[in-house]
Amino acid sequence: MNGPHDLGGQMGFGLVSPEKDEPYFHAEWEKRALGLTLSCGAFGAWSIDESRHARENVPPADYLAASYYEIWTRALEVLLERHGFATRAEIDAGHKQIEPAKPKRILTADMVPGVLAGGGPCDRPVETEPLFQPGDKVRTKNFNPATHTRLPRYARARTGVVEEVQGSYVFPDDNAHGKGENPQWVYTVVFDGGEIWGEGADPTLTVSIDAWESYLEHV
Amino acid sequence: MSADHHHHDHDHNHGHHHDNRYTDMQARVRALETVLTEKGLIDPAAIDAIVETYETKIGPRNGAHVVAKAWSDPDFSGWLKRDATAAIASLGYAGRQGEHMRAVFNTPDTHNLVVCTLCSCYPWSVLGLPPVWYKAPAYRSRAVIDPRGVLAEFGLTLPETKKIRVWDSTAELRYLVIPERPEGTEGMSEDELAKLVSRDAMIGTAIARAESGKKRP
Repeated sequence: MNGPHDLGGQMGFGLVSPEKDEPYFHAEWEKRALGLTLSCGAFGAWSIDESRHARENVPPADYLAASYYEIWTRALEVLLERHGFATRAEIDAGHKQIEPAKPKRILTADMVPGVLAGGGPCDRPVETEPLFQPGDKVRTKNFNPATHTRLPRYARARTGVVEEVQGSYVFPDDNAHGKGENPQWVYTVVFDGGEIWGEGADPTLTVSIDAWESYLEHV
Repeated sequence: MSADHHHHDHDHNHGHHHDNRYTDMQARVRALETVLTEKGLIDPAAIDAIVETYETKIGPRNGAHVVAKAWSDPDFSGWLKRDATAAIASLGYAGRQGEHMRAVFNTPDTHNLVVCTLCSCYPWSVLGLPPVWYKAPAYRSRAVIDPRGVLAEFGLTLPETKKIRVWDSTAELRYLVIPERPEGTEGMSEDELAKLVSRDAMIGTAIARAESGKKRP
């Protein structure tokens, strides 16, 4: 979707302001928001792709004004309600009102080291050979889906060069919407700055994205 | 940029829907935790354990160890180029948001810079949790179109002829920049070298310096 999250090349956000000796958290609630997001992810009810799409769906004015942990929290509430774990009314009231859906897993403290160390690998085998090889000239798709995609707007309908075949991975455009993992080959595709930004582009700049095979066509 | 400030602006400047659920994040998140705990869906001690892990165990020192080892050991450096996930795992760093690692090496010709324009993808297993600026619109919007301007805001000016390669983390590959080893560091041990490697040097918004590494984030 062409949401507020797709920020590459937008203007008007001002200077980057790095904070000296930045703490990991700026408030106690940020710690809980991180832990809640990971704990609820362990339910096994939604994928990382569905959670990213929930964050993209935070209304633009709210998304751009929020800290990232607030975006996570807003998205988490949507996911909890969608999957039957907690309603907006319950969270507004601050207490349980109805029995929740049954999660596949409840994350307890003793499980945390193993779960964090294991992560969630999303490479998957595919039966086809890669359509593209390093050095191939490719053009990215021009599309504007209302659904989840990982092809940023700035890199659509652009010509670049395949640098590397990176393996095959879950296809987020499908997986975010419960349509299955449908893995595809992923390629690192490099674009000259001028191809993306045109007049006035930094001549020393190249930008790469990691693109699923169906984002690409031969030139 | 405090979150409170943003909420204040939000509530008073946007009339699309007056959403006061988020004006007090502390209360909102506490309510969420209470509801989920009452339902038996979460273990508050698990949250404590997650927070403790990222406050004390998983942070940029992991990545600095990887870089120092790459500088000191050509075999390891070669392995890191070929299979970063396995090479990094051999030092004990693996797991969440580091499942599929790639190491990108700065050279005299090319400087690498990592961003996630679409969200906040970041190599947690080697750098820990991302700083606020990495997740904020200013960096995410400008790193791909005006990297030199962004680097200047970090106090880094590169030669005009140096190529800049920006890696937008659009898939599940997570990128670690291996900065160039500073001159004058011959004979330093891995531990000494690791102290010269800042978090920002491994994102690409800084370089490693022989003299002032300890002061940098």
